[in-house]
Amino acid sequence: RDFNERCVQCSEVNWGLTDGGRFYCRSCHNVTERTREVVNTDFITNSRVQSISKGLKKQEKTDGGCEWYICEGFQLVLKKQVEALEALGVCPQMKDEILCNFWRCYLQKSKQAYCKRPAGETVRALSVCGSSTDVDSDPERPSLLHLLSLSESEGDLQTDCSFASSVSKVSESTSVYSGSVDGSLYLMKNQKEKLRMTMPMTLSFCYMALLWVREPITLSEFLRFVVEGHIPYLNVFQHFPEKMKLCGLDLKIFCVESWPTYEEVFDKMHELAAFLDLPRFPDITESCFLHPDMLCMKYLMEANLPDELHNWTCRVVKKIGIGEVDFLTLMPGNKSRRKVKYDVLATAVIVVVLKLLFLLDDHYEWLLSEFAEERNKNNTEVCMFYSGGPYFEFKKWYEVVKHSLDVEQKKLDEERAKYLWRCEKPLFYSVKNKSKVLKRRQMVVNLQNQFGKLSGSVQRAEKPNPSSFQLRWSEENTDGSCFHGHSLKGVLQEKRGLLTAMNPDYWLCTVKLCNEKLCGHLAHYREVEFPQSYHFVLRLFSFLLRIQPAYIHDEVCMIEHKLFNKKLCKKLKYNTVLRK
Amino acid sequence: SSNEHKLNFKKSKEACLSYIQDALLQKQWKRAAEFLTCYVESLEKDYSREHIGASEMIWRIGTEILWHHSQSNMKEFNCFMEQMKTLGVKRYLKVCLEHVFHLLCNGQIDEAYQNLSLAESWRFGEQTAIQDKEMKLIQAYRGLLDYCSWSKQKNILLEHGEDGFSDLAVEQEMHGYFRKAAVNLKEIIKIPGVWDVFVRCYVDLLEFYGDHNEARQVLNEYAYNSKFPANPNAHVYLYQFLKRQGESKKSLISALKILHDIVPSHELMIDFNTMLQKSKKRKKRRLGLEVIFAALDYAGWKENAKAWSCLARQVKQIVISEKHLDWIKQEWDSRKDWWPAFHFSRYLAKRNWQENKSLSFEKALVAGILLGKDCKYFKYVSHQGCKAQLKRFRMLKKFVTRHNAVYLRISG
Repeated sequence: RDFNERCVQCSEVNWGLTDGGRFYCRSCHNVTERTREVVNTDFITNSRVQSISKGLKKQEKTDGGCEWYICEGFQLVLKKQVEALEALGVCPQMKDEILCNFWRCYLQKSKQAYCKRPAGETVRALSVCGSSTDVDSDPERPSLLHLLSLSESEGDLQTDCSFASSVSKVSESTSVYSGSVDGSLYLMKNQKEKLRMTMPMTLSFCYMALLWVREPITLSEFLRFVVEGHIPYLNVFQHFPEKMKLCGLDLKIFCVESWPTYEEVFDKMHELAAFLDLPRFPDITESCFLHPDMLCMKYLMEANLPDELHNWTCRVVKKIGIGEVDFLTLMPGNKSRRKVKYDVLATAVIVVVLKLLFLLDDHYEWLLSEFAEERNKNNTEVCMFYSGGPYFEFKKWYEVVKHSLDVEQKKLDEERAKYLWRCEKPLFYSVKNKSKVLKRRQMVVNLQNQFGKLSGSVQRAEKPNPSSFQLRWSEENTDGSCFHGHSLKGVLQEKRGLLTAMNPDYWLCTVKLCNEKLCGHLAHYREVEFPQSYHFVLRLFSFLLRIQPAYIHDEVCMIEHKLFNKKLCKKLKYNTVLRK
Repeated sequence: SSNEHKLNFKKSKEACLSYIQDALLQKQWKRAAEFLTCYVESLEKDYSREHIGASEMIWRIGTEILWHHSQSNMKEFNCFMEQMKTLGVKRYLKVCLEHVFHLLCNGQIDEAYQNLSLAESWRFGEQTAIQDKEMKLIQAYRGLLDYCSWSKQKNILLEHGEDGFSDLAVEQEMHGYFRKAAVNLKEIIKIPGVWDVFVRCYVDLLEFYGDHNEARQVLNEYAYNSKFPANPNAHVYLYQFLKRQGESKKSLISALKILHDIVPSHELMIDFNTMLQKSKKRKKRRLGLEVIFAALDYAGWKENAKAWSCLARQVKQIVISEKHLDWIKQEWDSRKDWWPAFHFSRYLAKRNWQENKSLSFEKALVAGILLGKDCKYFKYVSHQGCKAQLKRFRMLKKFVTRHNAVYLRISG
């Protein structure tokens, strides 16, 4: 592929690889001295192939495929992903220095490469699906169904069983498990010991690298870009070179049919960082994008809330110490500290501030709003100009934002229903069902054409450019739908030279926090148990971050408990409404 | 629990399906097509565990969309159906059959016939035996189309016959169609089921060729074989046949008796009552009263003047004879609580009088007898009638007044 010289004999550029790793011209069969190793411009050399040369029968496959290992596949995936990130404007060091090193480190630690013969592994030569080789039948070899069940990727039982039965029909001694050399081995590996690589984990890798260089992108944003298609994930394998034949168990590893959740990627990333024995990550300081002060600013803007609230978020951040460098910076392997979800944390801070100022008990915030409305009616334009914007009316804000949120949510729901999961590259478990698969694919394409024409003028639009903001509000709109410049005058009062909230009350989301390690959450959010305004605010941010409201609720609980720590220790017995 | 919210292939397609459903229900064909385009890749991952698989969904939904969409045409439709036939061999004949139905709805008889013939010749290992029922249906429908052709030829022949021509070729053709049709129609009606169309056509053929015995046997089987689902029409066909054959009242009555049991509100109840009233047997006359009262229990009969006249006639006859007043009492017992409001309100009196004087006349008689001359309905109608100086209303008033005591005995 990367070898672009013309053949000395026939001047064609049509190269293939021999057994010995040498290039040969496919047109005239002239063999060169050039080996693959030299020409390979992949950022990691395939030392794996070199290191496990003993004990392998290297056969040139009859169908033009080559031998490849699962980790090579993942390497390609990561390469594609990081290239996409580069195209989005991420710093170029990420690919060649950061991610590359992380990956090497991973290969080494998981003993897949860069080490002497991997301990205890004898790789059996597994043939390409369909052809048969003489392999000693091994009573210890796990059953195919067992391997299939080990995979995290979902499949349907029907296909799995039919695959398993089609394999067993062939004969006892042949194995038609996968196109890759170590597909079955890969699934067999004990997961806990060596942190087996999966597709969701590629995203963890990417995000870890992004965090290391402190790129101005949050995990939720990154995952959103993945889902929107700017970062390859779903069908990356279609970019594998022709020779890397995918079939059988490979599909279980590389073909995923679900989007990983935030929690999944997040947790894996931390596991990975610990596994790789990484040192303390670069500091997250106040000037960093991921610092709560910065992120709060971003989310306040996106939520169409007054800029003045930023003072309050900063105050809360400072008070509970979540702006400290040591709190924010990642220390891999440190199990005592709670891992920081920067985006969730920032939105939770905003929620707490809203509760501080507006109470959000489905009652007080509307009262305040009426009050503000009155004031706004009486004020003239000139007054407003001098006093810095109109009074912020919760009601108006709610109406405007809810409307936009509903519209966007509806769009999102429809998009989710319209996802196309398959790609042109056909997937088949074995050569046996290849023709059936191809026929089906053809029919699908025909039907898509037929009904696509009947869909009217609605064409699948070009992928919109990735943008950081999903909701946009412009001050230039004369309809008053932008609240950034509005004033919090109506909800604040001066007391002893300090601005405090008029609202004297606060209600805690929960009096006692759960043990996160035991039940996975700090609190258990149920919509019906909380005020609707609170739920609305959670809903807004959970839409922006594409996570479940419960996760933001957890962070809110955590922040509240830090904020009211002293009072809580004293008054645990009393009911949930405390006076500030 | 985070996995519950995880978006995966299956959930995504389920959501897609519900959007399609909504669009179909609201007849938004473009929108349905839009979502179906996204749904079709489910074929590549047929969750066979589901009750209805993706391929069947696509077949049914696609059919609906292509049938109703303004930009679709028969060519597109046919092309789609051909694809669907290859999708699931277990459904092959069913798809063929439904395709034929659509062609028939579109008036494409010839194409329908071709498709039926093609489907008839289909063989696929053990599937042929499994889909035996569908095959019989296909043959039956081909038989039906043969019957249509026969019918056409018959009409041509009759026309020529009038003109004095005798056309041998047409006659031969006609007989040919008859044979083809008869064979298939006879087969299908052996199987328990609802085969109204087939039965009617088959009987028509048999009657034309004079095979009345076979016709009678077929109709009896269809109506009385307990293996067949209860079907009011079976009795109607039998009755009509017997009537055509000039059968005795006795057999006509026995044919309609079951119809009365199954569908007391059937329109033939008037004929039934008329026959029963005239009978010499007391039991039959009693049944007649029961039948007509039962029919008028139904809202659809409220304004049926003929039915009311039947009831009025019988009630009048009973009152005059002064025998069997207990019959009326028995029928009235279960109705006296609700018939007055249902049939004899003052509002209805006004309306009936305005809209249909004959109806109000008959009803007034019944009301007068059952409820007495002072009841709302009778009072209003007879007053109006006498005011309009209509003779029959004056006579009605006299009659009811004279027999006023009857209602006391009935309702007591």
